[in-house]
Amino acid sequence: MSPSNNDFILAVEGLTVSFDGFKAVNDLSLYLEPKEIRVIIGPNGAGKTTVLDLICGKTRATEGSIKFRGKELTRMSEHNIVRSGVGRKFQNPSIYEDLTVFENLEVSYPAGRSVIGALAFKRDAEVIEAVEEVAKTIFLSDMLHQEAALLSHGQKQWLEIGMLLIQKPDLLMLDEPVAGMSVAERKKTAELLRVITENHTVLVIEHDMQFVGDIADRVTVMHQGQVLSEGSIDHVKQDPKVIEVYLGH
Amino acid sequence: MKANRFFDWLMSREGIYYVLLAFLLVVIFPLALDAFRLNMIGKYLTYAFAALGLVLCWGRSGILSLGQGIFFGLGGYCMAMFLKLEASSPENTAIQSTPGIPDFMDWNQLTALPWFWEPFHSFSFTLIAVVAVPALLALIIAVAMFKRRVGGVYFAIITQAIAAILTILIIGQQGFTGGVNGITDLRTLMGWDIRTDEAKTALYFVCVGMLFLCLIIGAWVMRSKLGRILLAMRDQEDRVRFSGYDVASFKIFVFCLAAMFAGIGGAMFTLQVGFMSPSFVGIVPSIEMVILCAVGGRNSLLGAIYGALIVNAAKTFFSESFPELWLYGLGVLFIAVVLAFPDGLAGLYRRYVMPLESKLPALLRRNGGNAPTLPVEETK
Repeated sequence: MSPSNNDFILAVEGLTVSFDGFKAVNDLSLYLEPKEIRVIIGPNGAGKTTVLDLICGKTRATEGSIKFRGKELTRMSEHNIVRSGVGRKFQNPSIYEDLTVFENLEVSYPAGRSVIGALAFKRDAEVIEAVEEVAKTIFLSDMLHQEAALLSHGQKQWLEIGMLLIQKPDLLMLDEPVAGMSVAERKKTAELLRVITENHTVLVIEHDMQFVGDIADRVTVMHQGQVLSEGSIDHVKQDPKVIEVYLGH
Repeated sequence: MKANRFFDWLMSREGIYYVLLAFLLVVIFPLALDAFRLNMIGKYLTYAFAALGLVLCWGRSGILSLGQGIFFGLGGYCMAMFLKLEASSPENTAIQSTPGIPDFMDWNQLTALPWFWEPFHSFSFTLIAVVAVPALLALIIAVAMFKRRVGGVYFAIITQAIAAILTILIIGQQGFTGGVNGITDLRTLMGWDIRTDEAKTALYFVCVGMLFLCLIIGAWVMRSKLGRILLAMRDQEDRVRFSGYDVASFKIFVFCLAAMFAGIGGAMFTLQVGFMSPSFVGIVPSIEMVILCAVGGRNSLLGAIYGALIVNAAKTFFSESFPELWLYGLGVLFIAVVLAFPDGLAGLYRRYVMPLESKLPALLRRNGGNAPTLPVEETK
């Protein structure tokens, strides 16, 4: 372990996961600096989502280490990974359709997370304030008391991002946050991400190169479970290997 | 201040439904029915305890248990063991080769009371055991299953298998459990004869009181943040897990709570019916509990109580007239509910009757709200 690891908020080293001999992620290393926006791109099946699954504990690594602020995540339970400050948004909007927007955010509010705590939880001024603040950030202030099922696809994506924001994570991982969004919604999402990165480190998986160019500090290109190229958007766009396997001719 | 808020709630639309149910159970049934019929209503209500648990566990949290009979039976057996010991005083059992032990033990050549029967001499121990024994078994099952992320159909099948195992165990261990006949010939509770009409009527009111206690606990859980987490967990388990919750602990909690409710129901059953047998433990009663929860509305606590009343009343009626058809009828009823009205009576009520209520607020106020009692009239 090199001492410089401590400067990174997230240091992934030699990460490998093998599903019955197939290495979906193979000896991958990835370093994130605080407050950076990193975008992972790559063709289908490159292992992008698997990397997020490994970091948040949904999938267990076969080998390698994931250090988040110096803490090893590979053996932590999922809820403890979340509690130590890692938030994960899924590819399909995962929100609670039967609850209102307010309740969705409230359930995500980081208090009353044990059984007893949840029974004793009170909706006090602090909670209401936090919910309203996040709702404003994700453009849903007017819809707080609407059932989440009635939101548009784009609004559901924002709501899920809001559900992460209210937990005040240090690292936010977003899996294709603009998939299925209209052009106007994409623009707003990019704007939202820019606000978010003032206080968070963000790791995004995205296909839309225009959007990637808009938001990314650095881009990591994955192919067959490994890092193919890494650097600024312009750097990776000109990398012949990237053009070969991903961007096309 | 607090009492004021409670009063406001009682006068709210939701509160009115609770008041009406209380009125029906505490005033109308006791006035309208003779002691025999009232005792039958009391028996039906014991299943409502299990149905309440299923609303929390299945409707709210998506954990289908086909083994609530296990916990109903354990609660019932705990109570039956106490009553049996009281009925088996040395004077009452003087003709046995070993006086002072339950008759079925004597028939099975047992010469001493088994160790696990000993604590059931104490009434306070029994009262604790009625909830603690089902809760403990539920805890063991839930920890073993939910920590390993066993859920859905697999969990349902496992609970059903456990119900079958417990039945076989009870029947097989005749000397300790009374076997297939169960524990019968129960007479007194702390010297008070429970077989008289007066006692049965009194026990009916105890049963209603306990039911409301469970109902209020259930409603409180549903309204708390925990209730919203359970709902969230049902629809998006991963989202809840990756919001920092230990999903298994919530499932364990709700499954144990449902088991405790069922245990209380079982104990009330033993008290009111006067015996307990393996036929209330196994697969069929467990599935019946799911059906009456489904018919009443698996998302509605009140619906579950009406479901228990209506389905059991129908059972009594049909199995008196066409005994061999009842099980088929029950199956058809279940399929019909799942296909045609998945939210049960409560769902139908919400869809068809509630809009009428809003249209006729003035009329309703004058009548004191007859509408909510509608589904119940069928039970008479």
